[in-house]
Amino acid sequence: MTWAAILAGALGCYLLKLAGLSVPPRVLDHPVVSRVADLIPVALLAALVAVQVVATDSGGLALDARAIGLGAAVLLLVVRAPFLVVVFGAALVAALARLL
Amino acid sequence: MDDESPGAPVEDRRAILRDSLGVGIATGTYGVSFGAVAVASGLDVLQTCALSLLMFTGASQFAMVGVIASGGSPWAGTSTALLLGTRNTLYGLRLAPLLGFRGWRRAAAAQVLIDESTAMSVTRRTRAGARTGFLATGVSIFVLWNLATLIGAVAGEAIGDPRDYGLDAAVGAAFLALLWPRLDRPLHQVVAVLAAAVALGVVPFTAAGVPVLVAAGVALLVGVLPIGTPPDIAPDDPPGHQHQAGSS
Repeated sequence: MTWAAILAGALGCYLLKLAGLSVPPRVLDHPVVSRVADLIPVALLAALVAVQVVATDSGGLALDARAIGLGAAVLLLVVRAPFLVVVFGAALVAALARLL
Repeated sequence: MDDESPGAPVEDRRAILRDSLGVGIATGTYGVSFGAVAVASGLDVLQTCALSLLMFTGASQFAMVGVIASGGSPWAGTSTALLLGTRNTLYGLRLAPLLGFRGWRRAAAAQVLIDESTAMSVTRRTRAGARTGFLATGVSIFVLWNLATLIGAVAGEAIGDPRDYGLDAAVGAAFLALLWPRLDRPLHQVVAVLAAAVALGVVPFTAAGVPVLVAAGVALLVGVLPIGTPPDIAPDDPPGHQHQAGSS
């Protein structure tokens, strides 16, 4: 099932890219479409951050070492650290928080 | 767009090439984090590498494994990945007249149509410059991203329980780093806070993976509302550029 989902997702993502290069611009270049498409990544990424950091496997909400890791990520982003430093810095801080 | 002005110098294309490869190297290497995060989410090395080879759009890949990591169905992951992938369609709409690819070239170019390749080509004044930026960035990221994914996945699988290393927190950090450069406008900040709140609000009542899709409704709602701001996409504001700033 995981493989089918991966392949379907990959095919869909490719077709979305190809559609952009193939469709006449006027068909989709409507202001509302542009606005929604611009906002969708923002909404999805924000939701992913929240769910990833606060939701638990059992369907509850919890603030734990992940939240401390995210706090570290915020600090690193504020000081404009590179992507890799942000990601692994957050991991390191969360791992240290679990040790304490 | 395809008129080469006489003043389009050769060194201009060299500069584009150099900048593009710089972005490519910086971005491609963070495939290590995707590889590590993906195996931490329960995918095997082959599945992880298949995502980087075939899906090849970072935010969608992270979304897919993020949903699976939180216990969601792989199909919920697919839906989230596809929603995030819609922005590549918009990039393509803007780049199509600039790049002017046809036939098999267009089909091949589509695979490397991502944030960074868009950012490095959308501002060029000539077709040659745009193609140079697009291909140099896209192809270098494709090669390095896939190599780095393999390294991250193999290393990630070798180290044992990912939580001991905080790799579950790394997923959230990766999403935040992708989101960060987009929070430059008040409207985006409002949407981000609303979407996070909506997602958490429905977590107790829905299967894992669904909250993120519900949160996309916030984007729909706010996007349709006639707020008195100009369209968010301006010609001098390549959307991929912001992402690139956050990832390199």
